[in-house]
Amino acid sequence: MSQATEADVSEDGVIESVSGPVVTAKDLDAKMNDVVYVGHEGLMGEVIEIEGDITTIQVYEETSAVAPGEPVENTGAPLSVDLGPGMLDAIYDGVQRPLDVLEEKMGSAFLDRGVDAPGIDLEKTWEFNPEVSEGDEVEAGDIIGIVPETPSIDHKVMVPPDSEGGEVVDVKSGDYSVEDTVVELDTGEEIRMRQEWPVRSQRPADEKQTPTEPLVSGQRILDGLFPIAKGGTAAIPGPFGSGKTVTQHQLAKWADADIVVYVGCGERGNEMTEVIEDFPELEDPKTGKPLMSRTCLIANTSNMPVAARESCIYTGITIAEYFRDMGYDVALMADSTSRWAEAMREISSRLEEMPGEEGYPAYLAARLAEFYERAGYFSNINGTEGSVSAIGAVSPPGGDFSEPVTQNTLRIVKTFWALDADLAERRHFPSINWNESYSLYRDQLDPWFEDNVEDDWSDQRQWAIDVLDEETELQEIVQLVGKDALPEDQQLTLEVARYLREAWLQQDAFHDVDTFCEPEKTYGILSAIRTFNDEAFEALDAGVPIEEINEVDAAPRLNRIGVQDEWESYIEELESDIQQQVRELY
Amino acid sequence: MQKEYQTITEISGPLVFAEVDEPVGYDEIVEIETPDGSTRRGQVLESTSDFVAIQVFEGTEGIDRNSSVRFLGETLQMKLTEDLLGRVLSGSGEPIDGGPEIEPDEERPIVGEAINPYSREYPEEFIQTGVSAIDGMNTLVRGQKLPIFSGSGLPHSDLALQIARQATVPEEDEAAEADDEEGSEFAVIFGAMGITQEEANEFMEDFERTGALERSVVFMNLADDPAVERTVTPRLALTTAEYLAFDKGYHVLVILTDMTNYCEALREIGAAREEVPGRRGYPGYMYTDLAQLYERAGRIEGQEGSVTQIPILTMPGDDDTHPIPDLTGYITEGQIMMDRDLNSQGVEPPVYVLPSLSRLMDDGIGEGLTREDHEDVANQMYAAYAEGEDLRDLVNIVGREALSERDNLYLDFADRFETEFVQQGFKTNRSLEETLDLGWDLLSTLPKQELNRVDEEFIETYYVEDEPAETVEAEE
Ligand SMILES: Nc1ncnc2c1ncn2[C@@H]1O[C@H](COP(=O)(O)OP(=O)(O)OP(=O)(O)O)[C@@H](O)[C@H]1O
Ligand SMILES: [Mg+2]
Repeated sequence: MSQATEADVSEDGVIESVSGPVVTAKDLDAKMNDVVYVGHEGLMGEVIEIEGDITTIQVYEETSAVAPGEPVENTGAPLSVDLGPGMLDAIYDGVQRPLDVLEEKMGSAFLDRGVDAPGIDLEKTWEFNPEVSEGDEVEAGDIIGIVPETPSIDHKVMVPPDSEGGEVVDVKSGDYSVEDTVVELDTGEEIRMRQEWPVRSQRPADEKQTPTEPLVSGQRILDGLFPIAKGGTAAIPGPFGSGKTVTQHQLAKWADADIVVYVGCGERGNEMTEVIEDFPELEDPKTGKPLMSRTCLIANTSNMPVAARESCIYTGITIAEYFRDMGYDVALMADSTSRWAEAMREISSRLEEMPGEEGYPAYLAARLAEFYERAGYFSNINGTEGSVSAIGAVSPPGGDFSEPVTQNTLRIVKTFWALDADLAERRHFPSINWNESYSLYRDQLDPWFEDNVEDDWSDQRQWAIDVLDEETELQEIVQLVGKDALPEDQQLTLEVARYLREAWLQQDAFHDVDTFCEPEKTYGILSAIRTFNDEAFEALDAGVPIEEINEVDAAPRLNRIGVQDEWESYIEELESDIQQQVRELY
Repeated sequence: MQKEYQTITEISGPLVFAEVDEPVGYDEIVEIETPDGSTRRGQVLESTSDFVAIQVFEGTEGIDRNSSVRFLGETLQMKLTEDLLGRVLSGSGEPIDGGPEIEPDEERPIVGEAINPYSREYPEEFIQTGVSAIDGMNTLVRGQKLPIFSGSGLPHSDLALQIARQATVPEEDEAAEADDEEGSEFAVIFGAMGITQEEANEFMEDFERTGALERSVVFMNLADDPAVERTVTPRLALTTAEYLAFDKGYHVLVILTDMTNYCEALREIGAAREEVPGRRGYPGYMYTDLAQLYERAGRIEGQEGSVTQIPILTMPGDDDTHPIPDLTGYITEGQIMMDRDLNSQGVEPPVYVLPSLSRLMDDGIGEGLTREDHEDVANQMYAAYAEGEDLRDLVNIVGREALSERDNLYLDFADRFETEFVQQGFKTNRSLEETLDLGWDLLSTLPKQELNRVDEEFIETYYVEDEPAETVEAEE
């Protein structure tokens, strides 16, 4: 959380009432969204309603024992984040307080209250390498220097977006703290490596473009059937235990983004711990560098204060936009947007606002849209291009997608990965339902896959879709009469579809090799299955009975391609074995 | 701040509203004295400069406008000491075993603070429960929260007791023997909310018979105790658990039963406050409220002890989409699902494995932790059982003869999975080794090439060669 504002603490008010995370104050001179400090312990809060001389505040910390009559101080500044070197490899709560610093300051593993900490270390020095010289004209957004922040990421220091710009009159080079002036302009403006930005406002950009590059995820069903674009939006709805978090973790690990912002919004503590423990050990397949050095974590778990859950999404997207401004491709995961919506609902009901659908505030749809609108592929104001891809998990009550959060999200996002409890129960993972899911980016991304992976990428995919569709229809008949009652060619289609499901769509996130599958391998597995398909149908046409084709013992090896490191040679051998064994039958 | 007020303006269900002229802290404890001299305790739900709303734990009967209200100036605390082990307390933390008063070493607010996610340690130590459906298929680890989703009349208590009795951490056993009991000790905290006297007796008798009481702390809120007190009981239990785990180094197993009664109490309070209700009348903040209980499980970096939770809940109408199991499942790290059909077939414990899940299993099993083939065996058995289950519907329509040989193998597998693997009785304690070997016996009824989720190496080592032929013949 931004600290600079603390000095200009202004007017005092007095607490009038306390009810959970909502406190009202009297005689407080405040604007909407001002950050305030509540009570003797100085709990952080934000102004969310002003009516007459009563100001309503949502408090980001527990309010037990806080009493009417205690003071409220206004900082006069809106909720902002600190932006600058030091955000990667960090873990924050919902208002950007670093959790490691809190642990140290509190001297305990439990979160005490009334303790504040800046979002980035104000004392630590960084190597500032200037990109401008005296006499240069700079404008808002311009990159004025580079800091090698982590092994994989160069931090680009930029002129703040709200600056007037001017001529550079002084430039530093060398080790400086984020508070030191590194560039001075003729207007007298002193530019530091740290800037602040209010989380509820979008950072400016020149123009949003139509995305044409995929965010390659290394997950077969996503890249193969339902790809998301860099700068795209996606929702993953599903009942509990269906695989939302695992999918988000997989994306955070393997997606080919430059930067990952992972927001754990109202979910489990252990899931964040898992990321903290796993990521430093994992390598980015693109750069070979530890994954953690491109990752920023925001953890406001389900038992942490609900108001900070409401703000954590904004904290996350603002950090993502900041890296976008540097020209990076950023992927933001939010797990779960439903908990964010519920936090809005909880605060709204304490304010006794008129409830909309299922008790959610009437502005739910607008807030969701605003959030996903901040994603996109942008031309930045400094001339670079960068993107924010936003991927939100949705946790519908009872797994019923007709509820307001899922429905309002689906109206906005362009990729829909529908998780399915049935598939999860039979341990078909990732349990993304291929009949219900869709990606509206598919056509605009095909050229990329055709140029970068294989010419007939889209034909191959269409073949797979057709087989899976046919299987769905045939299954309905099988449910009534059994498989053996079907004609032989349809039985064979079912067999091929089974390989598509087991060898291609299924992917074990916990297997060292299978966890990540490059698009070439995704394509390779699919073609191997197609080879079996073509050979088998030819044999069938030549009069070979289906039972004999099903006995071909090379075929089940299709299911093992996923776990092969040396998949190219494995596939080559397997295809020739299949060919040979099937042809021997006639 | 011990000022007394006789200013009650309204009494509604479990709530009392009173005027005040001095500030009262949110969440603070309140004592209300009725004209006949009895006292009730409560908690401030909303505090303003001129009135407060109080939630009364022990029921509002007998409270009138002349009752006096006293604010104690502190939030609800639990009296903590290691001597709590072996004690039986009421749902509000008072001794009911006829023993001496609690002499606390310290007192702590029962609301508890959230564990800093940065300070947690990821749970990955296998707990052997001796129950195949759990150990083999839905492994429990230290620091996990794994609820039992049950239905009324199902033997969830028997399963919970069996786990409490049999739970061990195999490696640590050896270490403890070698080191002369150096390892951390094991403690059980039992928090009962609105259960019947009969159920309570079942637990207490088992605790006494097995000597488990000595290392247990029992909190009893029975069906005829005040409902609002139920919102306090689990917090007392968990505050005690955290103290024993993170101050005294115990590995604590917390059994909370029945969470459904807890949620009903929340609903009652919400209704009395005339809040906008969420789904099916339960408060909109129930997710957050439950999370504040369930998230009090875990391990902490650098600390000896751990808190493992097994909350039990009965699903109204056996419906797992009901808000109570639904919200629970969204917070906990999996669930053990009990099934009415399996129960009536006499399967003990009647655990329905398909919808059951342990999310921390993947990191707690495998080579060096349990056995190298554990994950593959579990995955394959899931898949095979699911396939057999599907075929059962078809059999009802077309009959077994119409099915292929392969399909028949899967049907047999599903049957044997239930009657031999899941079924074991509430008294049998199976080692993990036995569980996995039993798994291989069943998997070996399927042809090798069907086992596509098992590493070829493990098939080589563990597949039981002659089994299929024998069994198939034996069964027909
Ligand atoms: N791709 C996968 N590979 C292997 N296992 C998976 C995969 N996806 C999900 N699982 C299994 O499913 C379990 C539940 O997944 P996950 O925790 O992601 O569910 P969720 O949808 O986030 O649930 P909740 O809403 O309760 O948070 C995991 O613990 C894991 O065992
Ligand atoms: Mg999840």
